[in-house]
Amino acid sequence: MGDRMIEVRGLHKRFGDHVALRDVDLDVARGEVVVVIGPSGSGKSTLCRCLNRLETPDAGEVRIDGAPLPAEGRALARLRADVGMVFQSFNLFQHRTVLDNLTLAPVRVRGLSRAEAEERARELLDRVGIGEQAGKLPAQLSGGQQQRAAIARALAMRPKALLFDEPTSALDPEMVGEVLDVMTGLARDGMTMVVVTHEMGFARQVADRVVFMADGEVVETGAPAAFFDSPASDRARDFLAKVLSH
Amino acid sequence: MNVITDHLSEFGDGLLLTVGLTLLSLAGALVAGVVVAAMRVSPVRVLRAAGMVYVETLQNVPLLVWLVLAVFGLPEIGVMAGLFTSSVVVIALYQGAYTAEAVRSGINAVPVGQGEAARALGLTFPQSLRLVILPQALRTVVQPLGNIAIMTLMNTALAAAVGVVELTAAANRVNLAEARPIWIFVTAGLAYMALSGAIGLATGTLERKLAILR
Ligand SMILES: Nc1ncnc2c1ncn2[C@@H]1O[C@H](COP(=O)(O)OP(=O)(O)OP(=O)(O)O)[C@@H](O)[C@H]1O
Ligand SMILES: [Mg+2]
Repeated sequence: MGDRMIEVRGLHKRFGDHVALRDVDLDVARGEVVVVIGPSGSGKSTLCRCLNRLETPDAGEVRIDGAPLPAEGRALARLRADVGMVFQSFNLFQHRTVLDNLTLAPVRVRGLSRAEAEERARELLDRVGIGEQAGKLPAQLSGGQQQRAAIARALAMRPKALLFDEPTSALDPEMVGEVLDVMTGLARDGMTMVVVTHEMGFARQVADRVVFMADGEVVETGAPAAFFDSPASDRARDFLAKVLSH
Repeated sequence: MNVITDHLSEFGDGLLLTVGLTLLSLAGALVAGVVVAAMRVSPVRVLRAAGMVYVETLQNVPLLVWLVLAVFGLPEIGVMAGLFTSSVVVIALYQGAYTAEAVRSGINAVPVGQGEAARALGLTFPQSLRLVILPQALRTVVQPLGNIAIMTLMNTALAAAVGVVELTAAANRVNLAEARPIWIFVTAGLAYMALSGAIGLATGTLERKLAILR
């Protein structure tokens, strides 16, 4: 066991000639909230997607709760079930109701009965504040509601950790808050989270640690207060100057 | 008009066989098409290759050649099947190749995020295909599948060439007795038009019912 939920060692990923990740190491402790920031193209999404092997790294190792991520097949699927993921574009299953979105994987992957899965799903929908929307199709919901449903869908698997790749970037500004509120609640409840985001306020207030990436490398990592107030690297300073001036 | 009314039972029997051939072949084609399309998008290279060989082989030889080959060739290698059964199987496999291509285009039209979300939840590739991708893919290709259904109906006429007395063969027999080709074949043609009209209506209804809200 130990207290490391996610361990990344020597991760490399290239797309053709382009190196997207260069020798990345990262540890995320049980219950820790790590926010990953950095300029566009710095490899944040790629790192996030390597953590559940939606992207296959060229070298390096990822361990979840001590177990190395298997390369493929059923074993990989089983491990993925323990790591929830929330996407920028929600990716709710368009042909199923919100409730069915939440029950599909618990029934098919975890082997829950339909009744158990529905009970859990309704609790979670209430928890993220969209209990009334259970019977609707995703397209009938607002962006903020869809993203909250997507978070509930990930939670329905009772994951050990949650990955967020820019969960609020596709939302209208007035809906960002409702999603960040849900995420803040999860963090308070002790969920292990890796969050790629441009929401510096969230990083400052909720993160236990900030990881700054540039050009496929982890350039700097530290507690949010220290990082935002006195970044150690020039690149982090430049980046913060740009994003915080807006 | 008497040429038609005098031979109503022959026309009726032929029409029934045509409808039977069409429905059974279509059901088979749908199964074959979905299986082959799934093979063509699978992560297993051998399956992808096999799916491609299937489609290319079936599509690049005329259906009539396949029918003749099956009806006369299969008994040579000891496979005995009735003419109707052989025809259904051959037409199903042949139309299955076209169905596979239509279904595959539907699969490609489903946003990649859908499959990623399914896999991120722990569904295996076959599960995500069956539960998430295909249900959405099939809904987007109702129209092309309707065209394949009409093409299948028309192609059942080729079974006449290997001795199945479906509508076209029945009309031909009546004509041999009566020598009134215009009346007889216009009647057969109208029956085909009515059937394909029915398929068109069914397709339209299905498409409206199954449209996905995005
Ligand atoms: N599937 C892909 N094929 C080719 N190149 C890719 C692919 N995915 C990412 N890249 C490249 O890898 C680099 C890192 O991409 P990544 O999406 O991880 O960046 P990011 O930090 O998430 O950026 P953003 O803030 O814009 O989302 C980029 O240069 C990108 O163009
Ligand atoms: Mg990104």
